[in-house]
Amino acid sequence: MEASSKRSILAGAVFLILLAVVPVALFYSGKIFWIDIFTRLVILAIAGTSLYLLLGVAGLPSFGHAAYLGLGAYAVGVPIHYATIGGAEWLASYNGWWQFFLAIVVSALFALITGAISLRTRGVHFIMITMAFSQMIYYALISLEEYGADDGLSVYASSEFAPLMLDNPVHLYGICFGSLLFVLYTVHRLQHSRFGRVLQAAKQNETRVLASGVNPFKYRLLAFVIAGVIAGYAGALMANFALFISPDMVEWSRSGELMFMVILGGSQHLLGPLVGSSLFILLEFVLSRWTIYWHLPFGIMLLLVVLFGRGGIIGMLRKGQQS
Amino acid sequence: MDTVLLITQAVNGLQLGVLLFLLSAGLTLTFGIMDLINLAHASFYMLGAFFGATVTIYTGSFTLGFFAAIIAVLIVAWIIEKVIISQLYTRDHLDQLLATFGLILIADTLVHIIWGPAGLAIALPPLLQGQVTFGGVTLPSFRILIIGVGLLVALGLYWLVNHTRTGMLIRAGASNRRMLNNLGVDVGSLFAAVFCMGAALAGVAGILITPITEASIGMGNDIIITAFVVVIIGGIGSIKGAFIAAIIIGMIDTFGRAFLDQLFMTVMPAETAETAAPAVSAMLIYLLMAIILSLRPAGLFPPKLR
Repeated sequence: MEASSKRSILAGAVFLILLAVVPVALFYSGKIFWIDIFTRLVILAIAGTSLYLLLGVAGLPSFGHAAYLGLGAYAVGVPIHYATIGGAEWLASYNGWWQFFLAIVVSALFALITGAISLRTRGVHFIMITMAFSQMIYYALISLEEYGADDGLSVYASSEFAPLMLDNPVHLYGICFGSLLFVLYTVHRLQHSRFGRVLQAAKQNETRVLASGVNPFKYRLLAFVIAGVIAGYAGALMANFALFISPDMVEWSRSGELMFMVILGGSQHLLGPLVGSSLFILLEFVLSRWTIYWHLPFGIMLLLVVLFGRGGIIGMLRKGQQS
Repeated sequence: MDTVLLITQAVNGLQLGVLLFLLSAGLTLTFGIMDLINLAHASFYMLGAFFGATVTIYTGSFTLGFFAAIIAVLIVAWIIEKVIISQLYTRDHLDQLLATFGLILIADTLVHIIWGPAGLAIALPPLLQGQVTFGGVTLPSFRILIIGVGLLVALGLYWLVNHTRTGMLIRAGASNRRMLNNLGVDVGSLFAAVFCMGAALAGVAGILITPITEASIGMGNDIIITAFVVVIIGGIGSIKGAFIAAIIIGMIDTFGRAFLDQLFMTVMPAETAETAAPAVSAMLIYLLMAIILSLRPAGLFPPKLR
């Protein structure tokens, strides 16, 4: 066990180093296209890691996580929209600090309010309520004619963080990758703090935690807010990457895909979401080149992973090592 | 706000409510009795629409299309239950959710391959194209048919669950599956039958809405979440709860979209009201759900304790 955990730390480190070097190397050797794919991968991994904090650590299967991606993206897109076309002076700005601040505050508030309601429920109720709240955001965005309704909005500029230029692919990738490392480190520290221990204990046996005089509700709510903030931050990066925001980012099937990435990689491992999003992007890339009906093999694969692939990729690798 | 408009909107709300009920009846039964969360219910709704529309176009008879849709959905549901769903009964809800999400992707793509990317539109049968006038209010007769079918199904289900031997077994299975099994009842087949019945009801909803909208890929994927809201508000496993919640939600959604802007204009400038009203009315049913669940976390009519 000792050896295998050392080996998996090594494997994780190698994977991260490759992720840091390969896209930039490809970019400077003229293969500009690849860095886009890696940027999307890393942003999805950040969102997935925040979901891991809920699902893997706290045992809270939130099925509406895409809502935060959307909120974060609109928090970037809307100020830029007003700064470009005029109007709403209090909101309009190209300043990245202001936009990312908005993204974080809005996500935190949404998580606080919906979390306070959802966390009163358990099991299926929790899954369905988180999903319904994200649909609420979806329908609200669809009905906002001001921001393009269901057509969405093009974002005509990137967030300004001088001296970093987010419209430079390498700078953007650097920020995304640095953020991923920071998020992985934060979630790792949280998981092994007293806070994380309470979450894990409450996941296993809530009654015992209550009996030892700790109310898990506060801890869960805080975890819900932290996860929301991280996902909202990922959404703000996504707006800078895609330069386009639309309600489509929030639709429940996006939440389903995010959940699939986490489960695919392994919902019990910190690096599971990263492995899952890498595989997801790879699948999407390969299958969508092969056929326009790529959702068919994709759906079949999802079904097979759920039915037979317990523990995700990392879980299977671990089992393979032990036997 | 004149009375005619009010009644017309009430009928629209009732129609949406009845459709939601047809969808959520199957959901709440599989949810409550088999503890199965089935997103692919949305696909039965879509398949009902496509099968029904195809047969209607081919034969020229909406009645034939209607019954063909039911039979086709029953067959598909039976196969899917045998091959995939039966593996999922013992899994946790997240696995069920993801597996049935996979089924949705598969169903949507298969429909895309078979019928192409465009939707299928069908005309109303001549008999139902007319309008009915009740005391000064004119209503399309097809809407009356939808509402009638929904109410009939509601009555039928109520009778089935509360006054038949099958219904007794269904309720017994919901309370204690293992006990029922030990008493010599084939629980597996019972559950399969309930699953197929629920799927058929979703198919009925699908073919009923097709003449008004049209059959399109992924048509069920949004309304299914509303149906889940209905199930949760009504109380998981309760047919009565699903019916009442479906009607409430149908009404609130319709009236919100129709009248909220006028209501807002009385308290704020017209321009703000025109922006705010659509967004708020789209969120109304979720706000309602939040309020109801903070008062009653198990929904309005939770089934009796197991």
